[in-house]
Amino acid sequence: MKKVTCHTRISKVSGFSLVVFLLFSITLFSQDETVADEAEAVAEESAGASDGDVANGKALFNQNCAACHSMNRKMTGPALANVESRLAEDEGLDREWMYQWIRNSAGMVKKGDAYAVKVYNEYGQAAMTAFPTLTNTDIDDILAYTAAPAQTPATAETAVGADVGSEKSSGLSNELILGALVLVFGLLVMMLVLVNRTLRRIAETNGIALEKEMSEQRVPIWKAFAKNQFLVLVTAILLLLVSGYFAYGWMMQLGVDQGYRPIQPIHYSHKIHAGDNKIECKFCHSSARVSKTSGIPSLNVCMNCHKSIFEYTGNPEGPTAEDLANGYTNEFYTGEIKKLYAAVGWDEENQAYTGETKAVEWVRVHNLPDFVYFNHSQHVEVAGVECQTCHGPVEEMEIVEQHSPLTMSWCIKCHQETNVKVEGNEYYTKIHEELSKKYGVEQLTAAQMGGLECGKCHY
Amino acid sequence: MASNKKYWKNEAELDPNDSIVGALRQNEFVEEIPVGDFLGDKENLSNTTTNRRDFLKYVGFSTAAASLAACEGPVIKSIPYVVQPDRIVPGIPNFYATTIANGFDFASILIKTREGRPIKVENNTFAKVGGGANARVQASVLSLYDSTRLQGPLANGEPIEWKDLDTAVKAKLGSLKSSGKQVALLTQSYASPSTSRLISKFKEAYGNVNHVTYDAISEDAVLNAFEARYGERAMADYNFEKADLIVSFAADFLVDWQGGGYDVGYVKGRVPKNGKMSRHVQFEANMSLTGANADKRVLLTPSQQMIALAKLYAKLNGTTAGGEIPENAERALDSVVAQIRKNRTNAVVVSGLDDENAQAVVLAINEMLGSKAFDAQSPKYVRQGSVKAVNSLIADMKSGKVGLLILDGVNPMYTLPNASDFAEGVKNVDLSVTFATNRNETTEISQYTAASNHYLESWGDAQIKKGHYSLMQPAIKELFDTRQFQNALLQWMGSDKSYYDLIRETWSAFVLNGNDWNKALQDGVFLASTPAIVLEMVGSEVADPIVISPEKDKEESELSVEEESVSEPSIVSIASAVSSLANASISGMELTLYSKVGMGDGQQAGNPWLQEFPDPITRVSWDNYVTVSKSDAEKLGMINENVADGGMDGSYAKLTVNGVSIDNVPVIVQPGQAPSSIGLSFGYGKKAGMKSEMQTGVNAYALYQDFKSIQSVSIEKSSGMHEFACVQLHKTLMGRGDIVKETTLEIFNTKDSAEWNEVPQVSLNHQEVPATSVDLWDSFDRSIGHHFNLSIDMNACTGCGACVIACHAENNVPVVGKEEVRKSRDMHWLRIDRYYSSEETFEGDNTKKEEFDGLTGEKGSLGGFGELEDPSTNPQVVFQPVMCQHCNHAPCETVCPVAATSHGRQGQNHMAYNRCIGTRYCANNCPYKVRRFNWFLYNDNDEFDYHMNNDLGKMVINPDVVVRSRGVMEKCSFCIQATQAVILKAKREGRKVAKGEFNDKVACSAACSTGAMHFGDINEEGSVIADLVKDDRAYHLLEYIGIKPNVVYQVKVRNTNEA
Repeated sequence: MKKVTCHTRISKVSGFSLVVFLLFSITLFSQDETVADEAEAVAEESAGASDGDVANGKALFNQNCAACHSMNRKMTGPALANVESRLAEDEGLDREWMYQWIRNSAGMVKKGDAYAVKVYNEYGQAAMTAFPTLTNTDIDDILAYTAAPAQTPATAETAVGADVGSEKSSGLSNELILGALVLVFGLLVMMLVLVNRTLRRIAETNGIALEKEMSEQRVPIWKAFAKNQFLVLVTAILLLLVSGYFAYGWMMQLGVDQGYRPIQPIHYSHKIHAGDNKIECKFCHSSARVSKTSGIPSLNVCMNCHKSIFEYTGNPEGPTAEDLANGYTNEFYTGEIKKLYAAVGWDEENQAYTGETKAVEWVRVHNLPDFVYFNHSQHVEVAGVECQTCHGPVEEMEIVEQHSPLTMSWCIKCHQETNVKVEGNEYYTKIHEELSKKYGVEQLTAAQMGGLECGKCHY
Repeated sequence: MASNKKYWKNEAELDPNDSIVGALRQNEFVEEIPVGDFLGDKENLSNTTTNRRDFLKYVGFSTAAASLAACEGPVIKSIPYVVQPDRIVPGIPNFYATTIANGFDFASILIKTREGRPIKVENNTFAKVGGGANARVQASVLSLYDSTRLQGPLANGEPIEWKDLDTAVKAKLGSLKSSGKQVALLTQSYASPSTSRLISKFKEAYGNVNHVTYDAISEDAVLNAFEARYGERAMADYNFEKADLIVSFAADFLVDWQGGGYDVGYVKGRVPKNGKMSRHVQFEANMSLTGANADKRVLLTPSQQMIALAKLYAKLNGTTAGGEIPENAERALDSVVAQIRKNRTNAVVVSGLDDENAQAVVLAINEMLGSKAFDAQSPKYVRQGSVKAVNSLIADMKSGKVGLLILDGVNPMYTLPNASDFAEGVKNVDLSVTFATNRNETTEISQYTAASNHYLESWGDAQIKKGHYSLMQPAIKELFDTRQFQNALLQWMGSDKSYYDLIRETWSAFVLNGNDWNKALQDGVFLASTPAIVLEMVGSEVADPIVISPEKDKEESELSVEEESVSEPSIVSIASAVSSLANASISGMELTLYSKVGMGDGQQAGNPWLQEFPDPITRVSWDNYVTVSKSDAEKLGMINENVADGGMDGSYAKLTVNGVSIDNVPVIVQPGQAPSSIGLSFGYGKKAGMKSEMQTGVNAYALYQDFKSIQSVSIEKSSGMHEFACVQLHKTLMGRGDIVKETTLEIFNTKDSAEWNEVPQVSLNHQEVPATSVDLWDSFDRSIGHHFNLSIDMNACTGCGACVIACHAENNVPVVGKEEVRKSRDMHWLRIDRYYSSEETFEGDNTKKEEFDGLTGEKGSLGGFGELEDPSTNPQVVFQPVMCQHCNHAPCETVCPVAATSHGRQGQNHMAYNRCIGTRYCANNCPYKVRRFNWFLYNDNDEFDYHMNNDLGKMVINPDVVVRSRGVMEKCSFCIQATQAVILKAKREGRKVAKGEFNDKVACSAACSTGAMHFGDINEEGSVIADLVKDDRAYHLLEYIGIKPNVVYQVKVRNTNEA
């Protein structure tokens, strides 16, 4: 209604300014890409030093090993950076031993290989998964990857420095232009005033006072207006209507928290999870499938992945300028993961739960009043509505905000327009047949199914 | 011309010297108004810089600031689990099978939990004994969240740690081993195989252990009689479904008689099927729920009932017994005898007389008849208490023979008639420990109070009937620092096992017989094919048999006695029992103490749902009272009257039994109360540990002398009037036979339905036409989709009220308190109207009304209607549950100015609370008066300090139903949250709604264990409800208004067959 039109106006304005902003910043991003390319080339070059394909090794490592191993960090299994040389130097074990170990560690433990047993006991007597399918070349590649020197995204920083500088200058130029414009307008106004005053002075000196006398005889316009009761009445009614219109529009926005973007206790980025990593919404919000609530995932769900993802390494290109401006550095994200560990009671050192937990008090973004019954599973599972239909492009949101107004008119509009997904659902067979005959349509909207009845949502 | 008349304001003005008159001439008021008191110090006031204008500015500013601040929405936190249990999905309920066994109520139930907290009790349909969950069991979930619960152990009223209590008890147990003093356990009836084992182990470990079982309301006579005859301390089971003739001597078997749970079987025989239904004759003094459902009710005082029972026995044996009973009873008895002779094995005789002889005679009669409904082979174990053992324990305590007294599940200081003896005894006990969930009269005097678990936090088991086992499992972790008795006992014995381990051990060794434990736990019940468990027969060694039990072969021969010559069982003792019954006499007024369906023995007196539950018979909530017959009330000058504030008032009485008297007992003049008998219910008058609002009624246990529910009493009127909270002030139907349609079995079988289920006629174009054929409104097409209807069978409805509490729990119906109920502001969405007939039968009322002729005279309507208002001395009674009828042409919908109430396509009359502005037009326009208005905010309001005023009590709230605020109307929604959930489940699983799925989810119909209420979709082909709506017995309430309700009633059929 009123409010919605209001919003479009605001969004139009903001959209326009965005376009202006982008016009100025395109050149900056093109710079970024070239820098990143260079960085990759450097990394590949250095990797080529060892025997084995580092790139292939990296792929294999991520596919097979990364769930339990990290380069420089003890996880479910030991850190693997330079594992080959370490074993050779400390234990005198050769690559042949490595082959055997990787393909069948349990067998070696059973056979009683000294170091195998030691490692087995050290890591909680959990046997490493056997990889009998890996060829010697594969393992060589992986070992080559582990032996490759660590890369630091140093290049990114330089690029970032440049970014910040250029952005500053563009902002400066904008301000300059605006300042100049203001100055020009000011001058114009001043000139007008001055000209006016000079003309009057000239007129005075010449004794011309025509207009003034004329106006003295005439009734001033406001007096005439006040005398004309009809005009007053019409104006008053108009004024009341207009103010009523705006007051109504304003009041209809009360309690509508569209765009509500609260700061959460842990900075959880849907952009990284659902956007960059393409995790399905219902993977974490699993109860949306069966329950009325979509459910905020419990922390043990987070730990399914974050047991091994202990730090944020960001995009290969490094954080963007926008991220950096907001302080979203890799260190920042890693810090947020540590907050998760603290809450769930995960001891990184020993890779074990301490049992000391602390519940996370998230701030609810989407709040429906108590007198509205909304069921996620009805919409998500039965109707097959995309989460984004109501929640907006969450996968692009660094901080989640309320995308839709969540007003009753918004609900009703959708119920009036959306067809019910009846195919393949035996529940609907009979009612669909009867209703489509009654209304003479093939597709039925939710409203036609009775989705506008008060009691369907209010009880 | 001006008048010189002088008007005197009062006679003081006549005296010119009166100082007041003089003062009033000058001043407005005689005395100076004490302005200074509230404006404070004058000097201070004049010095202040704040003037009136400033004050107004501040007020204005703060109001504006407050309203601006209110525009900001509150920040709502959402806290997920850290580690979410697999079985919990937020928003999805889980159901667990468990058992309530609190010493009074025994039932296998399902408990519905949401996010881990129990919110509602449901029936376990696998349970074959014990009936469904009655009103008290339905309400028991709220007692879990009682804010007055004990939160940890106490020593002399001060909080302590469990380890302190353990040390004290262990030390005492150790020291008692060598001394001669005994360890006494005074407990409720458990009927639990595992607890029996545990206590025998405890006995083994400590030797001198005396376990005494104590029932607050004793069934000692029943147990003794059964034990004497069959050698086992138990109670015979009855299956009324198999009986064509039920003869009851004051047995209130639809309520709590012998542990209750007989309603399901009873009702199965009461709904006419193939032209047959059972006949039920009740001889009783109080108007009981069972008597109200009987086909014939004969008024007899308890002593007369004993004589009648003796006569029945004699007549069946062709002999005579002495004693006098009124002529009408004699005739009724003859008719009963004739019918028993005809039915023999299909007849059953039961008795609620608290007398060993009576119980022995009843057992003998049933055995003699070979009654199919009578089952002594697999008896019930739900009462175990022994009066003799309790009395000897008290004697032991007083003489200092008891070193350690442990109590569990009992509150003798409240329930014992000789509580002072017990208190004296406790003083002579070295150490006393009371297990209790709440502070009570007994915890006040015992040294240690062990905070005990609620049954929903406990493990346990029960053998309700021989071979029928139930399991109790916790539905929630202990809310407080509490421990259940059995676990404490194990700990004190130094065992490292928990009670759970013991139960599993017991079950695998004695019960399961190789069957799966998990299956039994999931089902909640287990039916043993070969019942082979040895129960510790508590009290059996102290019970004194009065009747020599017959030889086995004699029992056999009795079962095969010939039809005509009913030979007397060759047991001399029965003869002596009969003769002592025949000589029964009680001097003066005869008092029958009974338990109400809503309060039982008073364990849950602090439960606001139960306090507000109107008694099905008197319709009075928040009270107990003495019921007096009309003739006695007139003699004693006692009255009930409806007063100007819209409530009912009653006289007070003073009751004296054997020198013990209780004063200020409110009086209810009860139609159907036998003259020179009175009734008083247990369970009220509890004080200790209770909120002041809950301290209602008088304690009847004081009159329960010698544990006999029948007493000789003297009654006199006391001064003053009592204000009742009664929800139904009119008592009779006034001959409006179309509200409750009734017929007799004979007419039902022989005549066309149009005769006994007449469709009301209305005049259309000066022609009488059926009301159903006329319509003021256009009808919508309701053949597509679901169309919900509810059928209520008046033959099956016993008026028990389980549905009322279930509705409370499901729909977050608030409790409003006694004062508000008195003002008719009760919030029950579902009420059960009770009507008495004014003539002997309702049919008589109808005839009388039809025969009115003119205003005055013999048959004048003026006096006639006045007479119809007055219920008969022995009226017919009918119960009629009324909730929103969900009219298809609802009068409420057309008058709502804001369209807050509207009709759904599925037949439900919707109520959008957020839209309602509280004009109450709808309630005024509702012909059934089922709409309820929220006069106040009933949650978070100290004026209504019930469960919705504290965080603990709010845990029982159903999260799928909104809690209504002040100023909105509410009413039955046909549990739309439940029907919607069923539909959604079907949609999600891509299937049609299964048969009976709706019926099992709607609170009232799911709670109705007798099947009197049936809910469903009439558009579903072949559904039960579709047939019920088309049944010959089906009719609508106030059909002639033509508003097409979606609730359908089934005509009540009475079996008046006398011969």
